[in-house]
Amino acid sequence: MSAALKVLQPGLCTTVQDMGRVGYQALGVPVAGALDPVALRLANALVGNAETAAGLEILMQGPTFEVEADGVRVALAGTESSIEILGEEPRRVSPWRSVTLSRGQKFRVGVLQGPATAILAIAGGFAVESCMGSLSTYVRGAMGGFHGRPLRAGDALPLKCDAAPDGGDGQLVRAPDLGGDDPIRVVLGPQADYFTDAAIRAFLAGPYTVSREADRMGMRLDGPALEHRETYNIVSDGIANGAIQVPGSRQPILLLADRQTTGGYPKIATVISADLPKVGRRRPGDRIRFAAVSVAEAEAAARAAEADIAKFIAGIQPATDAGLLDLASLYDGNLISGVVSGTDG
Amino acid sequence: MDTEGVDISNVQARFVNSGDRALVVEFGDVVDRALNDRVLALDAHLKSAAIPGVVETVPTFRSLMVHYDPLRTGAADLTRTIEGLLGSVGALDRQPRTWRFPVCYEGECAPDLEDVAKRTGLTPDRVVALHNAATYHVYMIGFLPGFPYMGDIAEELRLPRRENPRVRVPRGSVAIAMNQTAIYALESPGGWHLIGTTPVRLFDLTRDDPALLAAGDKVVFDPVDAKTFAEMRAAADAGKLDIRPEAKGAAS
Repeated sequence: MSAALKVLQPGLCTTVQDMGRVGYQALGVPVAGALDPVALRLANALVGNAETAAGLEILMQGPTFEVEADGVRVALAGTESSIEILGEEPRRVSPWRSVTLSRGQKFRVGVLQGPATAILAIAGGFAVESCMGSLSTYVRGAMGGFHGRPLRAGDALPLKCDAAPDGGDGQLVRAPDLGGDDPIRVVLGPQADYFTDAAIRAFLAGPYTVSREADRMGMRLDGPALEHRETYNIVSDGIANGAIQVPGSRQPILLLADRQTTGGYPKIATVISADLPKVGRRRPGDRIRFAAVSVAEAEAAARAAEADIAKFIAGIQPATDAGLLDLASLYDGNLISGVVSGTDG
Repeated sequence: MDTEGVDISNVQARFVNSGDRALVVEFGDVVDRALNDRVLALDAHLKSAAIPGVVETVPTFRSLMVHYDPLRTGAADLTRTIEGLLGSVGALDRQPRTWRFPVCYEGECAPDLEDVAKRTGLTPDRVVALHNAATYHVYMIGFLPGFPYMGDIAEELRLPRRENPRVRVPRGSVAIAMNQTAIYALESPGGWHLIGTTPVRLFDLTRDDPALLAAGDKVVFDPVDAKTFAEMRAAADAGKLDIRPEAKGAAS
């Protein structure tokens, strides 16, 4: 039997995502890719994959799997949640480390704590076909990943490796800062000149709240209305990741991984690439404040963010048992008070 | 926003940043063939120049979005490089491909034809005749995978988008709005007026090249009756409707 993860519970929207489908935007094909590419790269490094390999992106509510392989090494990243290994000896495994599981073991990621998204990486990756050079799932186009859709109960997600690779489990030296409610840095434009000066001030003063209308394509924000100088229609042009468009409703829409490639609403600002993962982590009800920076500052921030990721990856060390919590003894010892997180476990 | 004017055959180019991963080279702010030709010529030129750090380019009506990797280049360097190239961008030398797409303008294939006729004061036959008389230019692909914005349609056919967009527009729908005509390459929501349907699959992941059309192509619509349409759609669904472009831009 070929190696797979059997899906017992799919979670809210669990999809295969890599760094995105680059190179086809001129044909109208959205890039897709992980909302939190930092978590994807770190999770991959923890299981020994290429940083840009595909992982499973989890939104809000995680899946439950059964291992149908002799062994599988997994790592959860980008969250404060743990992996719960089910069974007679339940254990909790901190995020930001890998763990090796064997055939028949069941594990789950529950309701996500902290960010709205998390990444589960699996050593060796998935035996699914590449679509236009990427494994990323673009659900609206039924493209990529596992049959172009989120996982469903009963699926067997095929794996490339039937056994965990040699070498033990690894962990980061510490949990990365996930950005909490840091201000989100933007470069004004490309159509800031379509807005009144008062609108620019209001936009930067905020705050905005992520509305319930938020998904992989983008998030509608609630907050100060943004007045257009004359019109809210432009001749359609390209849309970059993180562009913030303002339609006639005067409420901004922050466009994310599954955004369309072109659009006809003016874009007041664009989130800088170093802060895109922070935006991807926000959930409905979270606040967002924007801060304007120059392009040069944004490029410097991109370099700094890259150096941080490299440092974390270079610092990966063998995992210790400190990140594996024996749930039974914790319950017995009455130690669990809802604050168990990997970083202090 | 960094803005700078550059002369390219009397068309000013303006450089605008969208964050630290995209640079927009804008030639104007209207839908215009001459502007679009500049965009497409620059796009072709940048492709052959293979500038390090450029990830991909997206031509639109009046601007080219250049997606780049800020770890390999920067907006300032990229702006300088493209400015330097603008002077040597000539006319688009590529011979455009011309596609002939069968379109059924009858019955269920044309749910808005009567309404368009009413709004424009034309007969349905006249709407169809005007629509398929022209050779259209593909300005850009966007909105959806494989969705072509084509123009320009006859003055008499120009209408604003529908007030109430449809939640579901069937794949293959041939639509008009403003001075443009388009084909819904995939089923999606949409606000354009649906006046026909083509059996051709403009975007099909089972093909090596999923998208048929690219910006700069030419398109001609050939009317077919409902029976022929049904046969062609069955062939298309079986992967047996082979539509190829004419080698030269002959249909004009």
